[in-house]
Amino acid sequence: MMNKPRHIAVIGGGIAGMETASRLAQAGYKITLIEKERITGGHLTQWSHLFPDSSDPAIVVSRLSSALSHQNIKVITSTEITDISKNGQYFNLKSGSEMSLNADAIVVTSGFHLFDASRKEEYGYGLFDNVLTSADLELMMKNEKPIRTASGKKPRRIAIIHCVGSRDAKAGNTYCSKVCCITGIKQAIELNKRLPECEIFCFYMDLRLYGSSFDGLYLTAQQKHKVQFIRGRLSEAAEKPDKSLQIKAEDTLSGRPLRMDVDMIILLVGMEPGISHNNFSRNGSVQLDENGFLKCKDVHAARNLTTQTGIFMAGTCICPMSVSETLENARSAALEVINYFERKM
Amino acid sequence: MKDLDFLTSTPSRQIDYEKFDTRLLDSVLENETSFLTCMSCGGCTATCSAGNLTNFNVRKIGLMLRRGEIDQLSVEIEKCMFCGKCTLVCPRDINIRNVVLLIKKGIALLKTENILS
Repeated sequence: MMNKPRHIAVIGGGIAGMETASRLAQAGYKITLIEKERITGGHLTQWSHLFPDSSDPAIVVSRLSSALSHQNIKVITSTEITDISKNGQYFNLKSGSEMSLNADAIVVTSGFHLFDASRKEEYGYGLFDNVLTSADLELMMKNEKPIRTASGKKPRRIAIIHCVGSRDAKAGNTYCSKVCCITGIKQAIELNKRLPECEIFCFYMDLRLYGSSFDGLYLTAQQKHKVQFIRGRLSEAAEKPDKSLQIKAEDTLSGRPLRMDVDMIILLVGMEPGISHNNFSRNGSVQLDENGFLKCKDVHAARNLTTQTGIFMAGTCICPMSVSETLENARSAALEVINYFERKM
Repeated sequence: MKDLDFLTSTPSRQIDYEKFDTRLLDSVLENETSFLTCMSCGGCTATCSAGNLTNFNVRKIGLMLRRGEIDQLSVEIEKCMFCGKCTLVCPRDINIRNVVLLIKKGIALLKTENILS
């Protein structure tokens, strides 16, 4: 199909980058996958269960890892791309002064970072011992640690708080992170499995369960796991002398302020655009959308195309996505890259 | 016929959109467009100083304004203490304190025009 194999740089070794790289390698392209961390796999290496089937993310990561051992793929870890420039037909990628490589096309798969919950000071993350984020809870479960309060007691009541750092102008993010609602419900179920006597309350503004099987999980949470749902946004949390917490919200359905004592709070933190986006957008070659994610050329027809010809993108650098959506999106990016080169022939 | 008196003596519970009095809402929106974006999360009510001591509900103030329930609104609005905590927590960044102020001004105006008793 071509004389000299084309070389594509994939920036970011999370699941989007891994899937894109392996699909393009199978199609005959030469790939360099660049990851800033020590290992590939991204956020999933820190996660315990996937919704909606409660499966182990390690299965996804290990399948993608073995696909990376293709002869056409070179993986470079512990390297962050700091500069991209166009040099005639090639893109030149640099990591400081240590590394420089040329590529015929680029796929950006730089992902997201989690909202820093300490920015919502009134929720007490980093101040109070028993306020955790959803990511902290996942890591606790992944390491098979029993769910205990900071002083080692079995929690009797846990509040799960939706929309932390999402849909919040005060936090600077007006968009919905989309996957937190279902993550909260999945975590409520996992907590109930481990602590059958513990009461679990989800405080939500709207439950955005967009997936076809997500409402089924909501039903299961109510029917089998006795998870309770209160429609109201948390206004503040306060720590009591015994390190339990008092939270305040409005129970908007009864129209009255509500106070509740809980042993533990789980903050469902949303996705923010990866910091490394700034590296790509600094020289103006790649534009960002109104939320700071990478802007696509056309939201319907060209979701994997950035505003710069030859630079493609996949996964959560575009917008918040679930694992399955990220993988689908990565495969569609691979197809776009193949189409791009075939049209050039 | 006496048994059926309740039908006429109690006003209908139905929200009648055709009877909305939008004068106050229009005057608030003229000066504070941020009010449009409320999503009824209740953060304001949860943190409200007055609402924790009385039956005042600052979120419902906005609802009454939208529904044009001016009579009820003119009574409820007096309970606000203007501490401004609602404005601090609002995830939509609505200047709720200013909305309350504008409602009060609007009601005062309606009263001077003898429209409201």
